[in-house]
Amino acid sequence: MFDQFDTNVILENLHFLIAGMQLTLLLTVAAICGGLVLGTLLALARLSGFWILSLISSTYVNFFRSMPLILVIFWFYFLVPLILGQPVGGYYSVLIAFVLFEAAYYCEIIRAGIQSVRKGQVYAGQAVGLNYFQNMRYIVLPQAFRNMVPVLLTQAIILFQDTSLVYVVGVKDFLVSADLVANRENRILEMFTTVACVYLIMCLSGSILIRKLQRRYAL
Amino acid sequence: MQYNWDWGVIFREPYQEWIISGIGWTISVSIAAWILAFSLGSIIGILRTTNNRISRRIATVYVEIFRNIPLIVQMFLWYFVFPELLPNDAGMWVKREMPMPEFTTAAVCLGLYTASRVAEQVRSGIQSIGQGQNNAGLATGLTTVQVYRYILLPVGYRIMIPPLTSEFLTIFKNSSVALTIGVLEITAQARQIEEYTFQGFEAFTTATVLYILVTSIVMILMRVVEGRVSIPGMISLGAK
Amino acid sequence: MIELRNVSKWYGDFQVLDDCSTMVSKGEVVVVCGPSGSGKSTLIKCVNGLEEFQKGEIQFDGISVGNKKTDLPKLRSKIGMVFQNFELYPHLSVVNNIKLAQLKVLKRSKEEADHKTIQLLERVGLADQSLKFPAQLSGGQQQRVAIARALAMDPIAMLFDEPTSALDPEMINEVLDVMVELAKDGMTMMVVTHEMGFARRVAKRIIFMDEGRIEEDCSTDEFFDSQRGVRAEAFLSKILHH
Repeated sequence: MFDQFDTNVILENLHFLIAGMQLTLLLTVAAICGGLVLGTLLALARLSGFWILSLISSTYVNFFRSMPLILVIFWFYFLVPLILGQPVGGYYSVLIAFVLFEAAYYCEIIRAGIQSVRKGQVYAGQAVGLNYFQNMRYIVLPQAFRNMVPVLLTQAIILFQDTSLVYVVGVKDFLVSADLVANRENRILEMFTTVACVYLIMCLSGSILIRKLQRRYAL
Repeated sequence: MQYNWDWGVIFREPYQEWIISGIGWTISVSIAAWILAFSLGSIIGILRTTNNRISRRIATVYVEIFRNIPLIVQMFLWYFVFPELLPNDAGMWVKREMPMPEFTTAAVCLGLYTASRVAEQVRSGIQSIGQGQNNAGLATGLTTVQVYRYILLPVGYRIMIPPLTSEFLTIFKNSSVALTIGVLEITAQARQIEEYTFQGFEAFTTATVLYILVTSIVMILMRVVEGRVSIPGMISLGAK
Repeated sequence: MIELRNVSKWYGDFQVLDDCSTMVSKGEVVVVCGPSGSGKSTLIKCVNGLEEFQKGEIQFDGISVGNKKTDLPKLRSKIGMVFQNFELYPHLSVVNNIKLAQLKVLKRSKEEADHKTIQLLERVGLADQSLKFPAQLSGGQQQRVAIARALAMDPIAMLFDEPTSALDPEMINEVLDVMVELAKDGMTMMVVTHEMGFARRVAKRIIFMDEGRIEEDCSTDEFFDSQRGVRAEAFLSKILHH
């Protein structure tokens, strides 16, 4: 119970937990970057007008979106060493899994953002003589970007939470570090409560920040 | 890349049985969690649209807490920490006597978590209908409860069919997190088969195909439902 | 029948209604006009308690609207209201739109409600559209259904909140015709509108609002015979001279 809540165990293992959080953040940032690049390419393919590209892109997106992230993690934890022919450690496997998985979601966000720009805007641009790229650059993308940013940021928070699923292959992120401490010191209550609070504070601050940005810039 | 293909493995015992039982658990956890998520989420979502400041506050706090802690952490909290916080007897009951403890915990946890997401969908569905309909109902003398019962909810839930379908599919996928507290659902079984037989391709492909299959069935089914309940003359309700 | 005494309302710091007082007697038709943002829609919504007000008093048929103890649903069931955007219930057919409150508020029997509904649909000239859904009707037809829906409650007064301003020009008259008929039958009506032809034809009094205040409150004749103030003059010249 709470009267035996031992804060020392947290303080004593703080450096260990911080290292875990660093890995969590690293994984999040790396997956965002990789996911955004691949996701943008997929979205462009989807909207390219070439049916083969668009089919490949939509198949990719639907495929990853019907799978649970844990299964994707298992897949790549199994596949990557097999393809490379040598063990590479869990981190790279899960990183690849996250990049490929997130790309499917980013693709949908970017596509929806571009399509959210009303057709009339495209016509208006064409009517004053802008070519396709000028129209994209000056009319469509700036508006699309405004629509996308809040969703992309929210997705980043979801991803940050989702990285905790690397637990299933034992990559030492924040949760796994806390879990190790919890079992070693037999302090399950303290460690899991702490983990929950840290995630809650970080994600809540993040989403409050997004809402503020949204209001400030009328995104 | 060296790999010995053996698709037969998934049809051999005990692996075939594992797969069948796995898909059974996946579906059971999903449905049990969905019933909880849908009912609780609806109540919380509706509370968030009411004029009562206190109930709105409570609903908001619920949503913010449950959606800002990773699901897997919530799983651990319910499974490991929650029984410790209960009075002795109740804690003992949860740990020792509660029927199917892993399943129950997983379903409740997933349900409570998803309720926060459902609540958001319900809230935005109702809010998209607009104040005008609310006023129109009130102006004819309907009470607030009647306005919800006869106007806002029937229209709102129609608008919500697509987002709620995707929430159900999310629950279905998220049910895999139950494996972290020992529910042997389909992903866990696939992993187990891989570990026993080293036939990862076959095992994971089976699980993948099953997920895609169920996802497709649910989507087709919901499209039929959506068509059945669509309002004549309206192209898109959400647009208004 | 409707009496407003010193009604004021604020949204935060912004005052939308400033000390408004007026009266609508039984059988009277009063038109409320004024520039957009002048508070006229807010004022009319205060009458049946759809909008709260912070100061003053509104009485409808002797009952205080602002009183917390007042049974608002019961009060509202006696006041019909028609909205700018029709606000028909999209998921219910025309018949069921008109029947809903009859069944749930007045607790009429199905037969009684059906009978009343058919009668009213004939009155607004839409008997042949009864099984359609709102989205299948034109704007003018929808607004006539909305009027029938309000009349189904046998109201003792009707509120109209810009009933024609969301309509295409060619549909305005079909709605105004119904309203003129209603006025001729002696209905007490409070109408927010810019239709000055309608005002001249049926209104007994005109209320002109600007910046939340009632600037003019006079008989129709007085209003149109140039005894109005500067603001009303400026407003009228804007909407009349095209």
